[in-house]
Amino acid sequence: MKNFKQFAIGSAVALAIGASGYVAEAAAEDGNYVPLLTYRTGPYAGSGIHIANGMNDYLQMLNERDGGIGGVKIVIEECETGYNAQKGVECYEATKGKNAVVYNPYSTGITLQLIPKAAVDKIPVLSMGYGLSAAADGNTFPWVFNVPDTYWDGASVAIKYIGEQEGGLENLKGKKIGYIFLDAGYGREPIPLFEQMAEKFGFELVKYAVPGKEMQNQSSQWLNVRRDRPDYMIMWGWGAMSPTAIKEAVKIRYPMDKFIGVWWSAGDDDAAAGGEGAKGYKAMNFSGVGSDYPAIQDIKKLVVDAGKSQTDPESIGSTLYNRGVLNSVIIAEGIRAAQQLTGKKVITGEDMRAGLETLDLTNERLAELGLTGFAHPMKVTCEDHAGSHPVFIQQWDGEKWAVASGWIEPMKDLVRPLLEAAAKDYAEKNAPWPKRTEACPN
Amino acid sequence: MFYREAGQFKTSYEADQSLFPIRQDRIGLAVILLVAFIVIPLTANDFFLTSIMIPFLVFSLAAIGLNVLTGFAGQLSLGSGAFMGVGAYAAYKLTSIFPDVNVIFLVLVSGVFSAGVGAIFGLPSLRIKGLYLAVTTLAAQFFLEWCFIRIPWLYNYNASGAIEIPKREMFGVTISGAEATPIARYFVVLVITVLIAGLIANVMRGRIGRSWMMIRDMDIAAELMGIRPLQTKLLAFAVSSYICGVAGAMMVFFWLNAAEPSSYSITLSFQILFMVILGGLGSIAGSFMGAAFIWILPVFLKFVPGAIGIEIGAETVEHLTFMIVGALIIFFLIVEPHGFARLWQIGKQKLRVWPFPY
Repeated sequence: MKNFKQFAIGSAVALAIGASGYVAEAAAEDGNYVPLLTYRTGPYAGSGIHIANGMNDYLQMLNERDGGIGGVKIVIEECETGYNAQKGVECYEATKGKNAVVYNPYSTGITLQLIPKAAVDKIPVLSMGYGLSAAADGNTFPWVFNVPDTYWDGASVAIKYIGEQEGGLENLKGKKIGYIFLDAGYGREPIPLFEQMAEKFGFELVKYAVPGKEMQNQSSQWLNVRRDRPDYMIMWGWGAMSPTAIKEAVKIRYPMDKFIGVWWSAGDDDAAAGGEGAKGYKAMNFSGVGSDYPAIQDIKKLVVDAGKSQTDPESIGSTLYNRGVLNSVIIAEGIRAAQQLTGKKVITGEDMRAGLETLDLTNERLAELGLTGFAHPMKVTCEDHAGSHPVFIQQWDGEKWAVASGWIEPMKDLVRPLLEAAAKDYAEKNAPWPKRTEACPN
Repeated sequence: MFYREAGQFKTSYEADQSLFPIRQDRIGLAVILLVAFIVIPLTANDFFLTSIMIPFLVFSLAAIGLNVLTGFAGQLSLGSGAFMGVGAYAAYKLTSIFPDVNVIFLVLVSGVFSAGVGAIFGLPSLRIKGLYLAVTTLAAQFFLEWCFIRIPWLYNYNASGAIEIPKREMFGVTISGAEATPIARYFVVLVITVLIAGLIANVMRGRIGRSWMMIRDMDIAAELMGIRPLQTKLLAFAVSSYICGVAGAMMVFFWLNAAEPSSYSITLSFQILFMVILGGLGSIAGSFMGAAFIWILPVFLKFVPGAIGIEIGAETVEHLTFMIVGALIIFFLIVEPHGFARLWQIGKQKLRVWPFPY
């Protein structure tokens, strides 16, 4: 009997939980609902926490300081994905019914899952500097935005910068460039462009794949690096992969100033892991470094010091935190543009898409926002959802990041045709791919 | 009292051998099917269908697949995730080669590829068993995952390395791809799962199922009695992998729409194994119960605090869910190491003699 009693109680509890979960969720009606798919747990939490805090804090700051955007509050809800694509889809399904205006998956895997859904549910996906590069073709992917840059832009900047170091792209001939990457959609994305550039500029591309499971165990890859002695190393890492790679590079005494990470390998924790030896490590970036911006000071005062955030005050102004802030700046500006466009206060996903397509973040606008110099001015158009905006290189001085170059333009002439071909290819492989039905707002 | 068989006389061999000899069971099953086919589609919202019911059914089917091998035939396997992946990639390749063929047919055919691969990796089972066999199936897991990453032909040379499911229709209704309605996808998954579950429940009572169980209980004795271990074990691997393959194909076609190789990693294999162990080895109903526990409970726990208005950070909810589910797994396995299916059986027995325990 004892067993049965326990069983009965157990099932009653399970039923009760089940019933309460079945209750339909209330829709947010008095604000613009922005779900944030974040990951503060799981293997990529080390990078995910800073991003999540940055995204959350800026939107909260707008709520505290200005009462939201255009007079209505932003309703922020976090959903924990653990960087897991299945959980990401689950979060998406759970939140889309509440009139979500935009999704920020913050994972290439989740982005890939959401791209086909975006056109159906009419909610735009903002993958800021990650996700499918081909999505920059707004004619094929009207619902996906990867402003300010695609991975291919990043890859071309890396090669261009290396060319500059060598005194011109023509000097790349005969050089050996190593590419160490996370062996997932994320790290493999730039390879076609790298291969094309290797052919064009005559350098040799050596690839070192790091499987997701082996992120913290890269000795064998770096052993190969030591054997191959590439002249430069480029890294596409995320989460625990980047600090491990930097540590290993220090261990084999790779010249750190010839080691360039993508913007997702530009975290303070990533570089700091290498200790004294990491001095000189470079990474691409498109969001400002440091906390000396008035808007960031507002966040500090109104949100973090007021105890309304989980942010560790130390991490304010770090690269990834600021990246999260920039992501929220784009969301906020998209909402504002959509409000101006439609005259509505509470907008829908469709309005948001139109708003994002008219996004024009000029220097004046950045100054108004209290973010002078925080990012390069960006403009999105119907055709171009990424914009291939310039990127700068930052260098780790042992304690913090310092800007090490001017703004470098991506090689649009190489990237754009590849983007269009890839978009066409994607649409063909996923035939019948829905045609663009939305009119251009500008 | 509730469950008394008195008065239910069996007057023919058919009645005695029927799948559900007790009337209450038949009524119960009818009610469950009624709920699944009519009540849920009429009342459920999209979230309930796409994030709870569809994954639950897919995982149930995968658990049945592993149960055939581990529960009924006694061959421990850690490769079920990879076999699901074989089904998914095979179905994806088939639908890109034959875009006009009905996708449900292709999903069912994709299981054949999975069955072939499963049978090959089942070969070591003729010499080794138990943990040793688990390790060889683990090798299958790693090898197949490696193939999904390294053979670009499998994912049609997509730049992202993921497979994306295109739109496919049946009788004018879109059933796969992003545009497919949750209801349509739910029905497809439900029908396939119910059919295969019914089929397996019957196979288990016949010659094949019994020979699997003989192998499980004592292979030498079974061999002495004329069961051929080679064919029997390989058949178990093939059938199990077939079901897992169909489940894997359904997972990407009717639930996720896109899959990276990591979707079919060792984590998935473990998830399925936990479902089988918690639900009850060697029980079809247990596979459903295990899948419900491992999949549905965390989803509910995650969204309960928000639904009843408690504000907790998203990651705290995640940690709490891990702890609660973990604790419940330990609790249920201590209460009944033979899983939910056994608990259910005990419950039925108690109801049968109620109110007189003895």
